[in-house]
Amino acid sequence: MEKQGRGQFRDGPAAESLRFGRRFMMGDAPRGRIAERFARLAAERRAGFIPYVTAGYPTLAHTRELLAGLAEAGADVIELGIPFSDPMADGPTIQRSSQGALDQGTTVDDAFAVLAELRESSDVPVVIFSYLNPVHSRGVQTFIRRAVDAGADGILPTDLPLGADPPLEAALEACPLDLVRLIAPTTSPARVREIAGASQGFVYYIARTGVTGARAELRGELVREAGAVRAASPLPVAVGFGVSTAEHARAVGAAADAAVVGSALVDRLDDGGVAGALELARELRSALNEVRPG
Amino acid sequence: MTPSTPHTGRFGPYGGRYVPETLIPALDELAAAYAKASGDSGFLAEVDRLAEDYVGRPTPLYRARRFEAEAGVGPVYLKREDLNHTGAHKINNTVGQALLARRMGKPRIIAETGAGQHGVATATACALFDLECVVYMGTEDVERQSLNVYRMELLGAEVRPVDSGTRTLKDATNEALRDWVTNVADTHYIIGSVVGPHPFPLIVRDFQAVIGREARRQILEAEGRLPASVVACVGGGSNAMGMFHAFAGDEEVALIGVEAAGEGLGSGRSSAPLNEGRPGVLHGSLSYLLQDADGQVAPAHSVAAGLDYPGVGPEHSHLKDSGRARYVSVRDGAAERAFRALPGLEGIIPALETAHALAWVVEAGRRGEVEVPVAICLSGRGDKDVVHVAGLGDGEAGSGDGEAGPGAVP
Ligand SMILES: Cc1ncc(COP(=O)(O)O)c(C=O)c1O
Repeated sequence: MEKQGRGQFRDGPAAESLRFGRRFMMGDAPRGRIAERFARLAAERRAGFIPYVTAGYPTLAHTRELLAGLAEAGADVIELGIPFSDPMADGPTIQRSSQGALDQGTTVDDAFAVLAELRESSDVPVVIFSYLNPVHSRGVQTFIRRAVDAGADGILPTDLPLGADPPLEAALEACPLDLVRLIAPTTSPARVREIAGASQGFVYYIARTGVTGARAELRGELVREAGAVRAASPLPVAVGFGVSTAEHARAVGAAADAAVVGSALVDRLDDGGVAGALELARELRSALNEVRPG
Repeated sequence: MTPSTPHTGRFGPYGGRYVPETLIPALDELAAAYAKASGDSGFLAEVDRLAEDYVGRPTPLYRARRFEAEAGVGPVYLKREDLNHTGAHKINNTVGQALLARRMGKPRIIAETGAGQHGVATATACALFDLECVVYMGTEDVERQSLNVYRMELLGAEVRPVDSGTRTLKDATNEALRDWVTNVADTHYIIGSVVGPHPFPLIVRDFQAVIGREARRQILEAEGRLPASVVACVGGGSNAMGMFHAFAGDEEVALIGVEAAGEGLGSGRSSAPLNEGRPGVLHGSLSYLLQDADGQVAPAHSVAAGLDYPGVGPEHSHLKDSGRARYVSVRDGAAERAFRALPGLEGIIPALETAHALAWVVEAGRRGEVEVPVAICLSGRGDKDVVHVAGLGDGEAGSGDGEAGPGAVP
């Protein structure tokens, strides 16, 4: 698996051509599954669907079933969340799912094991979504090796902003996983360009200043902001945090390359079980099929 | 306050800024505002004036002769941070940070609190500067430090109980960080100890360093020499860093931090990350941390709400690794006994947090392990703990005594 992003495309004419021919005119550059998926989405002129799942919530058996179902429902990338005891960027829903998973005794290895099982039936790209401490605790290289062996394609550390830990970031950039970077509404335009240039696979734009959690409304400025990030980014842009309904997905999908849906799926899992969550997933999927970013 | 040179945010390998991207601009803004303020004589003069007129500094360095007789060591000096307005060292930091917030034009303040002392000190500074104040506090602490909840409310703060996780300081801090991520545009987070992402550990240490600066001058006057030992309790580590900082260059002075062993090291009911944790990332910085094999943060326990925290400030981790400071621990029961003993000996009711430092001097003194003269940071007064300790009974049964672990006081 090869990855795109920094290093390969950062400077010079390659970066230029990437900016204009982005997402689907990658020439002969070898790509990872994430890049391939986004290239295909662009070619098919539709927006991507990225569901988030907390590993082990409410049980590992549910996660297993949910992952397979989401792949079948047409998820383009799946974010597999490693539950953490102190999820400081998360609202009540994902706090609850993380604590629930930990109460079940879910470990990092359990999360990798369900991913490895998914790989028996699906090659949908999977990004490991984790707070830094479980990664640090295991040892970065060991964590990476286990994740790669299990079939992960990317890693998204919530609490590792650009420049926070250059040696650690370099290790993650050099590894076979795509290091997906986050951009927030508070990020300055200059830093948006830096982060987008350093990200791998895709760029994650945080839809609001705040923590995760389902919302009734998206902010009015979101579409314009996502467009600005997209214009500054050589990579596809996914938007998440608060995206909850098919209507939201359509709005996001018209401005960005993909929509990430987390808390709303967890809420639906609570109310309607795996079947309910998959029903919402299919609604979101078809809504995103109807739109594509301009 | 010492004007600080540009800081990397690292103490050895520890510290850093492991936070969601959303907070990076606010941390940059804070670091810049602080760098500017700490080189501005007007700002420094205002901090000094408030320390004198409002907080009541300098605090005395008091020689505790009856305590010496009881402990069999002396001279023992107590740095009386309990005599600060609001009753603890915490206000040294909150007044400084509230001034910074005002300079940055942030009208809203949030804080976390364990013992409630930092919450009270924050609410006080907010009243003084007419800032809106919200304090997060774990529901277990709301119960055991109820006096301070009422004080905060009287001072005009809103206390928001936090019922998640361990329902103590760690979870209050998570909730404060979530609030900050959400309201960062108009809100400053006055963090209560030398923890959190850069530049907080630096700012809080600098505002607390007045403790050691005064103590150093005072003991030189009283004894004509530096202390052989400087002792302070360590929760997040702010009173200890404040006490240690001025002595850091005095190699002949032993710096001793006392962590809470709770029901004993190894019991799984302790709050001593420097004694039994390993480096990890919590609340934005890399430091020693109580955690399980999978990197999940382990629940802490201490009878003292202000020490009941699985992490510790990054500078302490560096001082531990470098050997410049030594970190010991004291159990709940020994701290409770010191809490009960000092009032009758000296007419001073110490906070349960502070009682850990006193207990270590008593117990290590009996073993002949305390170099004198010793200066102890009496970080706060214990009014807030009276009801809770009374409810614990006579301090002999069920107080977490038993066989001592390594470094623990039996
Ligand atoms: C009186 C007193 N001492 C000590 C502490 C522990 O904090 P730190 O280690 O930051 O001084 C607290 C915390 O609430 C406190 O109230």
